[in-house]
Amino acid sequence: MSEKKSPFPMPSEIEDAPGAENWAEMYPYYTHVQPEDDERFWFYNSMHFSEPMSAFDMITAESAYHAMGAFVNRVFAFPTGKGVDYRCINGRIYITANTATDPEEIQHRLSIFQERAGHYYENWNEIYGQWEKRMGQLIKDMNAIEIPELPEFEDEAVVKEAKGISQNHYLRETYNDVLEKYSIMWNHHFEMLMLGYGAYVVFFQFCKQAFPEITDQTVARMVAGIDVLMFRPDDELKKLAKLAVKLGIDEVFTTDGNPDVILPAVKAKGDAGKEWLDALAESRDPWFNISIGDGFYHFERSWNDDLTVPLSALPHYIELVKQGDNLERPTEQLKAERERIITEYRDLLNTDEERAAFDQMLGVSHLVFPYVEDHKFYCEHWLTTSFFNKIREFGDLLAMHGIIEKSDDIFHMHHTEVNLTLGNLMNSWAAGSRPVNQGYWPPIIAERRRMLEVLKEWQAPPAIGPMPDNIEDPALQMLWGITKETLNNWAAPAIQNENEIIGYAASPGVVEGVARVLRSINEFGSINEGDILVCPITHPSWSPLFSKISAAVSDIGGTMSHMAIVAREYGMPAVVGTGSATKRIKDGQKIRVDGDTGIVTILDS
Amino acid sequence: MRKNIKKMTQDTQNSILWFKDLSLADRPLVGGKGGSLGELCSAGINVPNGYVITTEAFKAYLDILDAEHGIRQKIVALDPDDVTTLNSVTSDMRALVEKSPPPESLAQVITDAYRDLGDNIPVAVRSSATSEDSEEASFAGLQDTYLWQKGEAQLLDAVRRCWASLYNPESVAYRLRLNIPEEDLAMAVVVQTMVNSRCSGVMFTRSPTSGDKSVVTIEGSWGLGSSIVSGEVTPDKFVVNKITSEITGKNIAPKAIEHLPDEKGGIIERPVEEERQVISCLSNEEIRELTEIARRVEKHYGCAQDIEWAISHDSAGNENNSVLLLQSRPETVWATKDKAPVAKPAAKAYDHIFNVMGSQLIKDNKSK
Repeated sequence: MSEKKSPFPMPSEIEDAPGAENWAEMYPYYTHVQPEDDERFWFYNSMHFSEPMSAFDMITAESAYHAMGAFVNRVFAFPTGKGVDYRCINGRIYITANTATDPEEIQHRLSIFQERAGHYYENWNEIYGQWEKRMGQLIKDMNAIEIPELPEFEDEAVVKEAKGISQNHYLRETYNDVLEKYSIMWNHHFEMLMLGYGAYVVFFQFCKQAFPEITDQTVARMVAGIDVLMFRPDDELKKLAKLAVKLGIDEVFTTDGNPDVILPAVKAKGDAGKEWLDALAESRDPWFNISIGDGFYHFERSWNDDLTVPLSALPHYIELVKQGDNLERPTEQLKAERERIITEYRDLLNTDEERAAFDQMLGVSHLVFPYVEDHKFYCEHWLTTSFFNKIREFGDLLAMHGIIEKSDDIFHMHHTEVNLTLGNLMNSWAAGSRPVNQGYWPPIIAERRRMLEVLKEWQAPPAIGPMPDNIEDPALQMLWGITKETLNNWAAPAIQNENEIIGYAASPGVVEGVARVLRSINEFGSINEGDILVCPITHPSWSPLFSKISAAVSDIGGTMSHMAIVAREYGMPAVVGTGSATKRIKDGQKIRVDGDTGIVTILDS
Repeated sequence: MRKNIKKMTQDTQNSILWFKDLSLADRPLVGGKGGSLGELCSAGINVPNGYVITTEAFKAYLDILDAEHGIRQKIVALDPDDVTTLNSVTSDMRALVEKSPPPESLAQVITDAYRDLGDNIPVAVRSSATSEDSEEASFAGLQDTYLWQKGEAQLLDAVRRCWASLYNPESVAYRLRLNIPEEDLAMAVVVQTMVNSRCSGVMFTRSPTSGDKSVVTIEGSWGLGSSIVSGEVTPDKFVVNKITSEITGKNIAPKAIEHLPDEKGGIIERPVEEERQVISCLSNEEIRELTEIARRVEKHYGCAQDIEWAISHDSAGNENNSVLLLQSRPETVWATKDKAPVAKPAAKAYDHIFNVMGSQLIKDNKSK
């Protein structure tokens, strides 16, 4: 152990956010920092958990890390990487990876890993086919779960069919069922994901050795596929825009995207209106089951939950169609460009041996790419938005019976607290009395809501604990998603020009324009043609925005992030992972985005 | 090995040759630099016009001097380890060459060609040794370059000084140690129109720091390129991906001085105004244009290149031609370093993953 003082604070040194000193009571005791945690290096997973966790949403961290660790450590036995420990500090999720260091243990794990992972790689497409079926069934099953309504009297069928089970029993059963299916989703999610990342890591490492100055984004361009599900919801919108123009009903679509006004107006258009609404219904299932976020928080609803987001994007597409744009992604051109880049890098290699190895590694990356990219639609988007909607139904019940004030209050209860509280409801319905102590939850929930607002302002240190000696192991880099450079930057941030914000160059080109700082997709309407989007992070459901903007900047994200991929497709400059763009750039300021160097400059300060 | 042909006539036909008529195959006659400039011209690269005073011209000149003064014999008699004698003899030789005019007919051919370039036009006069700039042995730095020479007198003077540079003590000692026969000694001299450059610099078609073949590294500074070559200024540095044309690195250094032409001939050093010091000397468009040229040159030669470039001041009227190449030679440092393959093909494609995921283990075992 080194005696050098770490450049990062120790977990035990971090103070409670002022004004939210009681934050820890929201989360299970096993997520709290322990004294021995000072011996390990942790970092803030801002990529997935950019906001403080509400009590219920903690389940995303719990379920995800339980599944990830199980598959890395116990199912596939990655040789050096084990599972991940997580802690909650002031509402933020910090993680650390456990590793095997004893050569004998690694050797043993490697032999297991080779056999097990080999089976998956060998049969990848077949297993992925089965996976899609399993996930499809899981989503269907989740949606089919009927939450009991607690009627005054049981349905007659309970008697006539001699079922012998009453509705309040089903409260807990269905609740547990919803939670179980969510947990299964995370298991399926990690079933193939880390193996997929493994393939990427190996190809990245090869490229970095053969071409020491290659950027991540260039490697990503060689790996990335063109036909991915992520683009599908946006493609559906474009189809609907074209249809609206073809049917001559385009004038009903207004930028406010209010479904209560627009949908009746379409319906009033007779046959044309019906044809369009039928097309909408078809697009919605399944493609509008896309979260407006990354699917980690209850407030990230799907397009289907709130049609405002897709509807407000339609007028701009309609305008483009009328100008003669066919709105089609130039997929053939994109494929040809990808092939050119691959061929030219391949040609630069020194020997045919290297070229053969390059082909093999890239081949495995291409094999795993569809899963790595498309699983998100099934897992984080479709199933997760359904999951939170099921929980909302329990919220409705609790609110209806006066245990909480409104449905969404349920997300300020930990999932175990919900389970416990269902007991109160079960008894109340059965006994015919009011739930016990209806004054219990409302003040707690009000206080938790208040604390979350305070915690949002807390500046989470990116890393805590002792500086790790070695993170060169690719398995660790894969699990942590950070490199030596990231750590060094965190330890000693480069002194910056105060008008410059430095991030990752994600898509080439230089553009100057007016910054639009957007925190949510619901602010879509404020964007003008040619503006530069500045946002915390973009998600697939933000794709329609890219037809309007001239460049994009994000706080969070890497070269394989959504913004990076879409910006490259649109051929516009993008700088991602700036950490602080939405804080330092003010809405309306003129900025320059240099997607070649990763520098964003504020031009009028 | 090329055994020398003793065919010394007064014929001046091959004494000078124009860039446009040359290729790399003419290196024995025009040296590495001359052949390379000719090759660039024929590849359609924009190179300032010029000609080469050939090795034959030099030999004809030296034969006359040798007959009179026994130069070759005196050199062969030297001991490379006897520094004192070496210094004194070579100093005499240089003085002799510098003050001995070439035969009238040769001088005539040189100055005629100079007038063909333009009226009293500034030229760069550079030595172009036959072994210089070639892969086998680099004489680079042992020979001289005279920038911004104007008028016939300055030109002829610079040519003689180039020839004389073959008698630098280092150069002579090198030949003696390697047993290079003095009869084989040959030097061509390049006479090239000078560009009054707004900025200039060098570029490499692979990274000089990492050897990466997928990038072009460009270094540039204000004024003439001599400030970079001599190391008097820290240049701006740009890294461009050859394949995607993305500019992946940009480091703007404070460029405190620049080299400019002196009206009397030669160059002078001037301070750069403060605002201009920290401005990038190249626009993104110029960076991309240079990269494109670098790619073409590398492709033409089939190996990595080390290139000198300039962007002319007065782009009026010929904006498209404002980027010029002054020289290109094979990159020599990394060419010899290409190492063992990064990876070899495996039995199964995914075996690579096992190899990498188990690499920690392999490393640990090795360190035991």
